[in-house]
Amino acid sequence: MSETAAPATGTKARRELDRAVIRFAGDSGDGMQLTGEQFTTESAWAGNDLATLPNFPAEIRAPAGTLFGVSSFQLQFGSLRVYTPGDRLDCLVAMNPAALKVHLRDLKTGGLLIVNTAAYDKRNLDKAGYNANPLDDPALAERYRLHKVDMTGLTYEAIKDLPLNTKEKDRTKNFFALGLVSWIYTRPLEPTLDWIGKKFAKNPQFAEANTRVLKAGHAYGETAEIFSEHYQIEPAEMAAGVYRAMTGNRALAWGLLAAAERSKVPIVYGAYPITPASSILEELAMHKRFRIRTIQAEDEIAAATAAIGASFGGAIGVTGSSGPGIALKGEAIGLAVTAELPLVIFDIQRGGPSTGLPTKTEQADLMQALYGRNSESPVVVLAPATPGDCFYVAYEAVRIAAKYMCPVFVLSDGFLANGSEPWLIPDPETLPPIDIHFRTEKEGFFPYLRDPATLSRPWVRPGTPGLEHRIGGIEKQDVTGNISYDPDNHDHMVRMRAEKVRRVAQEIPPTTINGPATGDLLVVGWGGTYGSITAAVERAQSDGRSVASIHLRHLNPLPPDLGHILREYRKVLVPEINSGQLVRVLRAEYLVDAVGFNRVRGLPLASEEIYEAIIQLIGSPA
Amino acid sequence: MSAQGAGAAATPAPKYTKKDFESDQDVRWCPGCGDYAILSAVQKSMPDLGIPRENIVFISGIGCSSRFPYYMNTYGFHTIHGRAPAIATGLRVARPDLKVFLVTGDGDGLSIGGNHMLHVLRRNVNITILLFNNRIYGLTKGQYSPTSELGKVTKSTPMGSADRPVNPLAFALGCGATFVARTVDRNIAHMDEMLKRAAGHRGTGFLEILQNCNVYNDLAWNVMYDKESRALHELRLQHGKPLIFGPPDARKAVIMDGVLPKVVDAGSVPESALWIHDERNVNAAKLLAGLFAPDFPVPIGVLEEIEAPIYEDVMLQQEQRAISERGPGSIAKLLTSGDTWKIG
Repeated sequence: MSETAAPATGTKARRELDRAVIRFAGDSGDGMQLTGEQFTTESAWAGNDLATLPNFPAEIRAPAGTLFGVSSFQLQFGSLRVYTPGDRLDCLVAMNPAALKVHLRDLKTGGLLIVNTAAYDKRNLDKAGYNANPLDDPALAERYRLHKVDMTGLTYEAIKDLPLNTKEKDRTKNFFALGLVSWIYTRPLEPTLDWIGKKFAKNPQFAEANTRVLKAGHAYGETAEIFSEHYQIEPAEMAAGVYRAMTGNRALAWGLLAAAERSKVPIVYGAYPITPASSILEELAMHKRFRIRTIQAEDEIAAATAAIGASFGGAIGVTGSSGPGIALKGEAIGLAVTAELPLVIFDIQRGGPSTGLPTKTEQADLMQALYGRNSESPVVVLAPATPGDCFYVAYEAVRIAAKYMCPVFVLSDGFLANGSEPWLIPDPETLPPIDIHFRTEKEGFFPYLRDPATLSRPWVRPGTPGLEHRIGGIEKQDVTGNISYDPDNHDHMVRMRAEKVRRVAQEIPPTTINGPATGDLLVVGWGGTYGSITAAVERAQSDGRSVASIHLRHLNPLPPDLGHILREYRKVLVPEINSGQLVRVLRAEYLVDAVGFNRVRGLPLASEEIYEAIIQLIGSPA
Repeated sequence: MSAQGAGAAATPAPKYTKKDFESDQDVRWCPGCGDYAILSAVQKSMPDLGIPRENIVFISGIGCSSRFPYYMNTYGFHTIHGRAPAIATGLRVARPDLKVFLVTGDGDGLSIGGNHMLHVLRRNVNITILLFNNRIYGLTKGQYSPTSELGKVTKSTPMGSADRPVNPLAFALGCGATFVARTVDRNIAHMDEMLKRAAGHRGTGFLEILQNCNVYNDLAWNVMYDKESRALHELRLQHGKPLIFGPPDARKAVIMDGVLPKVVDAGSVPESALWIHDERNVNAAKLLAGLFAPDFPVPIGVLEEIEAPIYEDVMLQQEQRAISERGPGSIAKLLTSGDTWKIG
């Protein structure tokens, strides 16, 4: 956090910052996600660039006051380009002792620490494992700028005359925290006041209570003696245009809506509820007007096979899940490979193996996407880099699946799914066309006749007279599609299916290199680590180091220019939230001595740590 | 096009013959397999549907029965083990204008695909399910199946199977099926009639076909094959008719004794005590599903046919309602809806 003194405005000094990282933390029932989302909206209104990191327990109603029941929402906002939700916190709001215990380690020395003193009673202290009240420890106030605020008491006071019960009153205290932090960072309250008006339109008492508590928090900052200054963050310089906040899962869903509209082919989305993919199903179900048909299937296998059935019928079949569900869909994906039908598969990766860490992020399904099926079953694999990028990648996945008649994986992750960013709204007209041609011509038809450029077979809608045919999972003769157990035909078909996927390389644009075209180090990333890697690389570049980065959207096939690019640098570093999957692919594919940087903590990679890995690899500047 | 008119086209179907539905593929079932009779009956039943051939789709899973689509000159999809009901559901959701048949077996439909069978039946997807029940795994060469009798000795159960069989009719009824019927591969006339009834049902038509695997489980349904036994045990269900069966000189009736079915001499009970078959009575159908030789007759025919909402119909109605209330979706409008802000 760099600071410059600015002239005082109002009654208190206002200090200019170029960025800040704050985290709201409390019990899962404390409304921390909502508080963070509202603060995000306020910051977007203020014109800042930002990135968010929601973090919540897998339990829906985790026992109150416990360490594992802590829910948090972090965001970084700034007047400069913001790539990540931030590594270390400038400000921590800890609504109870458990939140303090879990999150204090991430607060910078000298950082702002705001606590709700009312929650620091014996019971909550016991649950958090504190023998004594940490707020009484003078070391805490020495190390951090500690602000002890009786938020609960002040909240009750603000709405004491409203006919609400204690529980209802208690539930508004998160807006006291929001009001206070909004004052500290000079955020506009209008978006939150608007939200309250809409949310509680039918319940004016709650609207009144939340409004009063929000304003009470804000006024507390202004008037209480304890806050001597607050902060101003200027709008970021961003490309001109109209923006909206976008989360990854919503962007995936909207990318499908755009593809359905553009291709004029309906989309059928099959899914079984699973964290963190369920919100895609929920989002799509709201948009029936787009002729998106959603099937909440009986299980993951049915979700995938229903999508395949829809593709056989001439719709775009899409299925979405997370790693454990993808494992169940494996055989069905193989069917789409051999039936040569379009199928888009969203994998919102989470921590594993098995149930693992349902609400935490990970990047460890790359090998599952590439190879997680029986036999030779190549598929196209794409990965979005940011929440907003999910829109384009979903659209592109549909385009490729339909053009090449094959399954296309989209590897998103929990961080992208729930994280949001200010997103420059595209003009849908600028998206590439999705031209889908259903064969109706009888003359010379065979089910596995191939387009010479793409090697894809004709897509025929049942209902087309004269083209009745049968396909299936058994090996078939090329061209005729008749069942064939011929050894040479099988070898031919294995190669044909692989070559078809390889040809998707002709769709890949030249790779964008962030930095010099040749140099000491190339950092190669994929998926949701884009922000962390870019921030680290730009920091190293500003130190004068010869470092560049590329971020792969196409993981299978890989970009045609990748082999050449890799050889232009002395060293190659591959940061991933797994134990080294892309790095293994690159070493095998290109025989380069790429090294991995791997942390598998269920969290985004820390930019700081990637920066240190870069320095460690290339040493100090000459 | 509504699901009601599944498969029907604006123009009437051409005058087909059985031959029009025979594909050019060699049929690869074992000589003597019951599947041949079923294939022939199905091909023969197709012209009567009055549906253009191109609007008919056969979907199957894995197993001997699941090779069926290759032999039908319609659209066809031979999929993966047990998943045909889900594939068919997706197909119907995408294409409610198509007439969809699903061919499965006791292993495919009730073991590996039991879950999908449950859900396709309760959703009442508008498809016709033909379940070939031969009480054995044929394609994998003779292991016991979920309909094999307890104690069945097979290669995988040399000392006899330890699990009790599932009753396909009771299962279907328990799942909320809206049409449940049974026929026999060697009773061609009855099979013709049942195929017609099942295919004509609005919703999921579930037809169990007792089928012979002459290689691994020959004469498993001998009770319905042997002339004498069949005369003693076959109970033809007919809507509005009493449950009377047996040879002309020894007619028997199934009546209700309290809450239990009971077999009596037909002449020994007054007409008012007879059990009159009512296809709309789901509870009665559940009792019928439990009857089997030797203590009871073996019912064949339609146990139940009721009306219920069809999954894809409801889905399409919702879509139509959303469009008529708010107009068709526009991605350009959606992208700029809600909270947005302008920079520059």
